Amino acid sequence: MTFLGWLLIFGFAAILTALAMPLGRYMAAVYSGERTFLDPLFLTPERLFYKVMRVDRDGAPPPGQDWKAYAKSLLIFSLAGWLLLYFILRTQTLWNFTGLNPEHFHSAPWNVTFNTTSSFMTNTNWQYYSGETTMSYFSQMAGLTVQNFLSAGVGIAVAVALIRGIIGRSGRSIGNFWHDLIRTVLWVLTPISFVVALVLVFQGSIQNFSHYLNFNGPTGLANSIAMGPVASQEAIKELGTNGGGFFNTNSAHPFENPTGFTNLVEMLTVLIIPAALVFMYGRMAGNRRQGYAIYATMMVMFLGGACVAYIAEAHGTPAQHAAGLHTQVLAGSTGGNMEGKEQRFGIAGSALFDVVTTVTSCGAVNSAIESFTGIGGAVPMANLSASEVIFGGVGTGLYSILLYVLLAVFIGGLMVGRTPEYLGKKIEAREIKLVAIGLLITPLAALFSTALATASHAGRQSISAAAAGSPQGFSETFYAYLSQANNNGSAFAGYGGFVQPNAGNLGSHGITFANLLGGFTMLFARYAPILFALAVAGTLAGKRVSPAGLGTMRTDNPTFVVLLIGVIVLVGALTFFPALLLGPIVQGLTGHLY
Amino acid sequence: MRKDIITAGIGIVVLTLFCGILYPLVITGISQVAFPGNANGQQVKVDGKLVGSQLIGQNFGVQAYKNGKPVIQSGVPVTNPDPRYFQTRPSATVPSNNAAATTFSNLGPNNVATEQEIAANISAYLALNCPTALDKSGNCAHWYDPAVTTAVRVPVDAANTSASGIDPDISVANADIQAYRVAAVRHLPLATVMKLVSKYTGGRGLGFSGEPGVNVLELNLALDRMTGVHA
Repeated sequence: MTFLGWLLIFGFAAILTALAMPLGRYMAAVYSGERTFLDPLFLTPERLFYKVMRVDRDGAPPPGQDWKAYAKSLLIFSLAGWLLLYFILRTQTLWNFTGLNPEHFHSAPWNVTFNTTSSFMTNTNWQYYSGETTMSYFSQMAGLTVQNFLSAGVGIAVAVALIRGIIGRSGRSIGNFWHDLIRTVLWVLTPISFVVALVLVFQGSIQNFSHYLNFNGPTGLANSIAMGPVASQEAIKELGTNGGGFFNTNSAHPFENPTGFTNLVEMLTVLIIPAALVFMYGRMAGNRRQGYAIYATMMVMFLGGACVAYIAEAHGTPAQHAAGLHTQVLAGSTGGNMEGKEQRFGIAGSALFDVVTTVTSCGAVNSAIESFTGIGGAVPMANLSASEVIFGGVGTGLYSILLYVLLAVFIGGLMVGRTPEYLGKKIEAREIKLVAIGLLITPLAALFSTALATASHAGRQSISAAAAGSPQGFSETFYAYLSQANNNGSAFAGYGGFVQPNAGNLGSHGITFANLLGGFTMLFARYAPILFALAVAGTLAGKRVSPAGLGTMRTDNPTFVVLLIGVIVLVGALTFFPALLLGPIVQGLTGHLY
Repeated sequence: MRKDIITAGIGIVVLTLFCGILYPLVITGISQVAFPGNANGQQVKVDGKLVGSQLIGQNFGVQAYKNGKPVIQSGVPVTNPDPRYFQTRPSATVPSNNAAATTFSNLGPNNVATEQEIAANISAYLALNCPTALDKSGNCAHWYDPAVTTAVRVPVDAANTSASGIDPDISVANADIQAYRVAAVRHLPLATVMKLVSKYTGGRGLGFSGEPGVNVLELNLALDRMTGVHA
């Protein structure tokens, strides 16, 4: 460990907070319909979208919806997105006329495409395929990039709807889905992606439609380098907490993440919206301290994970020590576990990126998580176990932690013997039932799928040869379904679902079991919690607000932060601890080689 | 319901045009005008011929021959590192440093396979930096770099596989050890090679993000320019 390593972790947290506060203020204005400095640019396109999509009322913005109408629009829109994406990916060669398939790649098989489509639509971006040997530029742009925007937009829309339910003073409306979606795409995602993409190109990311480069290197060996419109996809991949790499090695690839500086920029891009949403929530709730309390909860858990991961990775692995490799810091060498890490990021830059990407639903990686130390690998799994509430995905994070807040309020209320209230609204049996079921869906999906895959012969096919028969094999399986159930998308990437002997998909086949189980896990664990979150929004929206009295439990002070962390850790730990013990913790606690 | 279906159908098409066509095209247009070198991959040419990208690590090896025939193992040519060139980090891609099919090694922290891979990388690294064959215990009579004794001085980045498989950089410690070999093989003063190493050592982002690394392609090409050696 080095001083600069620690400076990166804590400096990152400070920069993030400084950037997220003004963005939160801006986003509160966007969703409350107040004026913003980008209005002159986007008001006309916004009206145009409404008009073409036939949702405007003679030029006025679309009307409010109750939670059922909101949910219906959301589900139908997602289904339309699924169908179009599946079509584009399965007809890859049909689009060769655009010139955006210079390597003439064929489509991936149906099962892999099913998994990929479900994955990108649910903001997961789990990838059984590798980008540079599977996808045409057209599929990457018109297919995958589009869902990077839209799945993020859907997530933020749900969070905004839940906030409106919590703070609503009037009746049943929780906003309008189309309005929230279009505003998110135009006012939030497009401008930030635009800036980040250009910063990435300025630093060395590529952005072209060329053939792959073929040449002989200085020693005469034949080389080939994949090209493509990388920066534009990279920017929204991070900003929308999507995480699906243009290339197979994701943000470790020098064209996706060329320098130490871009590594910092990409980490900030991943967390900026989830962090800003919390501040936005405080503003919209009319009590900024509510936002600060949630932010503090998230930040404590985030920094805890980052510190543990950094210490673990700096220590090195049993395999390194058994091979006689010395892992202490030397002059001019990082030391530590450099297996599956890039020199330009080093240990701290890799460990921090890993935590950033697993607390959110991003899942982009700049190092091989499978090669992390036992404890270093347990940190991302613990982050996933917390069900995306430590910042979480764009939107998903906020609506998930608000469900936890309601649960904590309920438990706190029971402890002091009062009717639980949140922001003046009574939390009653109906809400708590919805909250509890909503919060249990993700763990249920993760554990059920893991059990099925571990117990079945078909599931064990996916485990990599080097990991078979060891705790690593269980870790791979558990991580795969934990990641897909949390719509994260990062992986112990030895776990495979696609056998591809050559680039371009001819002669390739997918492992149907892994692709289907993963696909259904992602769909179920995305849309079921969304429905419950919207239902909670709907019931809360209609409730009257009673003024806070002496007996009201405060939800904006350190005591509540501690209570909230306790509830999150308890629910996560009780649900996942046995599984964590079987995989990464066993490996972390022993020097034994398997 | 019907209204939602119509709106969703039109919506997904216009949003695809906006996010999937317009946005990448605008970014491409601006990038190609403002940063054409970067946008096309920082291509490096020697005498007008493409030899690589500054950002992509390469295999600086030469084809191995046995009985006058090139050695091929499971369809992949076997190469030996060229001692005149600084060598990049170990790579898990097939063939090594394949920038058209990148992959992680995905070797776990407690796997026997990992230990074997690291041990093999250490041996290969030591063998490369010894002018003669290693003795049975893996030692060398006269290392190029006298400070190298055993695995103690092998930097982690030289024995651990990179993430992308095409890491363009090596650590400064790794480059310093290899500098002794390159200087000896190319008959250059050590100080000259060391000067080039520090010339091609990049810094940290904003002074605190990441680690310094030595860009191997740039360094090797600078050496070629200096000594006129070009295979």
